[in-house]
Amino acid sequence: MATADPTATSAYRDAGHVGAHDAHGHHDHTPPFFTRWFLSTNHKDIGILYIIFAIFAGMVGGALSGLIRWELAAPGIQIFQPDSWLAHSFLGHIIEASKHGYNVVVTAHALIMIFFMVMPAMIGGFGNFFVPIMIGAPDMAFPRMNNISFWLLIASFIVLCTSLMVDGGPGRGFGGGWTMYPPLSTTGHTGPAMDLVILSLHLAGASSILGAINFITTIFNMRAPGMTLHRMPLFVWSVLVTVFLLLLSLPVLAGAITMLLTDRNFGTSFFNPAGGGDPVMYQHLFWFFGHPEVYILILPGFGMISHIVATFSRKPVFGYLAMAYAMVAIGVVGFVVWAHHMFTVGLNVNLQAYFSAATMIIAVPTGIKVFSWIATMWGGSIDFKTPMLFAVGFIFLFTVGGVTGVVLSNAGVDYSFQDTYYVVAHFHYVLSLGAVFAIFAGFYYWFEKMWGVKYNEILGATHFWLMFVGVNIVFFPMHFLGAQGMPRRYVDYPDAFAFWNKVSSTGYLITLVAVGVFLIMLVEAIVRRRAAVANPWGEGATTLEWTLSSPPPYHQFNDLPVITPDMH
Amino acid sequence: MSDKGFGVMSSSGIRRTTLSQRVGLALLAAFVATSARADQLLGQPTPGGYDLQPAGDALKRQVIFFHNDILMPIITGISLFVLGLLIYVVIRFNKRANPTPSQFTHNTTIEVAWTAAPVLILMFIAIFSFRLLYAYHDMPKPDLTVKVTGNQWYWSYAYPDQGGFNFDSNMLPEDKAKAANVPYRLAVDNPMVVPVGKVVRVLVTGADVIHDFANPAFGLKTDAVPGRVNETWFKAEKAGVYYGQCSELCGVNHAFMPIEIDVVDAAKFNAWVGAHGGKLNGAPASSGAGGGATGPAPVPTPTPPTVNTTASAVATKISSRG
Repeated sequence: MATADPTATSAYRDAGHVGAHDAHGHHDHTPPFFTRWFLSTNHKDIGILYIIFAIFAGMVGGALSGLIRWELAAPGIQIFQPDSWLAHSFLGHIIEASKHGYNVVVTAHALIMIFFMVMPAMIGGFGNFFVPIMIGAPDMAFPRMNNISFWLLIASFIVLCTSLMVDGGPGRGFGGGWTMYPPLSTTGHTGPAMDLVILSLHLAGASSILGAINFITTIFNMRAPGMTLHRMPLFVWSVLVTVFLLLLSLPVLAGAITMLLTDRNFGTSFFNPAGGGDPVMYQHLFWFFGHPEVYILILPGFGMISHIVATFSRKPVFGYLAMAYAMVAIGVVGFVVWAHHMFTVGLNVNLQAYFSAATMIIAVPTGIKVFSWIATMWGGSIDFKTPMLFAVGFIFLFTVGGVTGVVLSNAGVDYSFQDTYYVVAHFHYVLSLGAVFAIFAGFYYWFEKMWGVKYNEILGATHFWLMFVGVNIVFFPMHFLGAQGMPRRYVDYPDAFAFWNKVSSTGYLITLVAVGVFLIMLVEAIVRRRAAVANPWGEGATTLEWTLSSPPPYHQFNDLPVITPDMH
Repeated sequence: MSDKGFGVMSSSGIRRTTLSQRVGLALLAAFVATSARADQLLGQPTPGGYDLQPAGDALKRQVIFFHNDILMPIITGISLFVLGLLIYVVIRFNKRANPTPSQFTHNTTIEVAWTAAPVLILMFIAIFSFRLLYAYHDMPKPDLTVKVTGNQWYWSYAYPDQGGFNFDSNMLPEDKAKAANVPYRLAVDNPMVVPVGKVVRVLVTGADVIHDFANPAFGLKTDAVPGRVNETWFKAEKAGVYYGQCSELCGVNHAFMPIEIDVVDAAKFNAWVGAHGGKLNGAPASSGAGGGATGPAPVPTPTPPTVNTTASAVATKISSRG
């Protein structure tokens, strides 16, 4: 099956000399600093900007989760009360030290991690940097729109942070959860903070929709000669599926939050029962976006893991077509399972049966992916460099998060788990331990390629092991809390839940040390400046980015590479 | 354990175990599915507990069976299987053990197998899943109806079959809870009281924002949505106190509006109804006895779909449990 293997090693290597030549091209000069980084139209520079922004936002979101774990370390209200250190510190000017402030922090943690950490890192960062290179294109289809996408996201982030500091109604900021269910987000939060959150999400949504249009156009129209869809690297496939999900789901969110906006400010009653509206209608609209959104967060990770597993096993990806179409299947089915988030709202029982069954079906393509990764490693000659450690960690932890998802898909069982910490454990296993591990795997995998310097392998491995232990101690006990019935989004809890909360908060400290090691790793790499090589991973690394210098030339592929069918 | 099932929070009843023992136990629980354990408290979370709360009715027992005896072995098995494969691959196919990688990329047999096997497993799960789901929605003829309204941040209960009296239920403050030796953040001043062994239909609605009426021992979790009346039911098997907590983010004091259901025998229930000025024997009551805003109209008991209660100022629709 010659055409079915995109990681066609020899084909890419044959094409490679074109890029290598480019690296020494006479026209490879960069614009001055301000023009380069603030008016950028270069996909690699914009990718770098996205990654730096995602790291920054990740620090902010991680600090917010620190406040949450601090608060929940013991029963009673520790820091979200008026005479705590928080109230008297500088931070107290940003985050209100009150029970409402806790809800605001929970809300902001979610929004920041989703919209300003995971999405910018995966799609904006790795997607921008590597999708054009992997398909043999010189840049994205719409370079200026690419720049607009990035700066809209910055504007969106600033608006969201502003919302923390303005009146929300019950206190400063919006504390209605990232799901923003009315009436809590309408009559429950009368202040302007919620309007700012809506504006922020409109901006982030516009940013993502523009980005999605850009990726779709690029992938469909700018593939190098011979780069057929079925020869595209899996990361490109994953981004293609992801951006379709974005393009189809984000307008629904935009519509829903616009209706919130008019309900709040212009007297409409889309979601107000007193005017003939229905609060549950909002939940349908939100989760029609929200469920594809969680696949948006994980799909590019699937693509990256495929590359990393193949590279370090020195083997081509097992079952390429099945891997690609499993992602397509996950994307399609992801649009028809949304109401499994709503089993307790009073849905018709037959509808619940349907949504249970449809949700379970997603386990099938996901299982195909997990087993195909293992089959890729099977028979390989595996080198456990840091990216591979994160990838193997990802496969196991994502499996754990996946099987708890199967538990939750059963509506009858979900009545016991809905809105408890079991759900929190589940989605952090697939996102915090899944998506974030995939991001770190990709970050280390492409470290030399993106930054032009080498990272320290010992620091990288230390980061992995501390992180692996830390996040598991944070999130595994949450299964127990949820089974015992501890509800989510609680600032305080009955004494019976104290023990596992203490364990969970202890795990946060270990994770904090891991993040410290990550930062030390960055500083060490910047200070030591070990020169990068074009391909540090050897023969297993077969996609086009490894044919270019590290970092790649400012403009690559001025002469397009020609992709030939696999020859082995 | 006291006869009412509470008050053991900080005193006796729980074996003191070391941290390592408890972690060990929990890890064991994570990998070995077990059915109901004797040392778990009924009607409230157990300190350090790691399993579903014990069942207070038959439905929850079915949930525990499905979760502990069907789902847990399957998901534990799958997780251990994947872990085992990974460990094998790591040992057998690392670069020292296997310097020359093979280059195979396809094996149709195994690909079909790992697509078909999950489908079969899921179909097996679905049998139990649907049975449980439809059991939840197959309410027997109710013996009494309690109307529950979520407010920021307390619950209101009304008893339309007993004359329509109603009352508010607030969380007990810390000092009072301590004094009464009941769990703080779970105990309330005026609990919802129901007779033991009777089918209790619960109609749930919200007055301001969405709340959620939840009680783990009965597997109850029903959103209290303004403008909509959701229906759920339970049939308590043992007298006792059963605690739950609001389970939909509803604002500042979301964590401080617990749900307490006191299950008592018929005589105590009748006395309690009498003390609230209600009427006995479930005779259709004339409306408005309670004087509160939520005094419901007479409710014809066995015909759920046509019930029309006055939840808020609007017409509402009934939807069944869940």
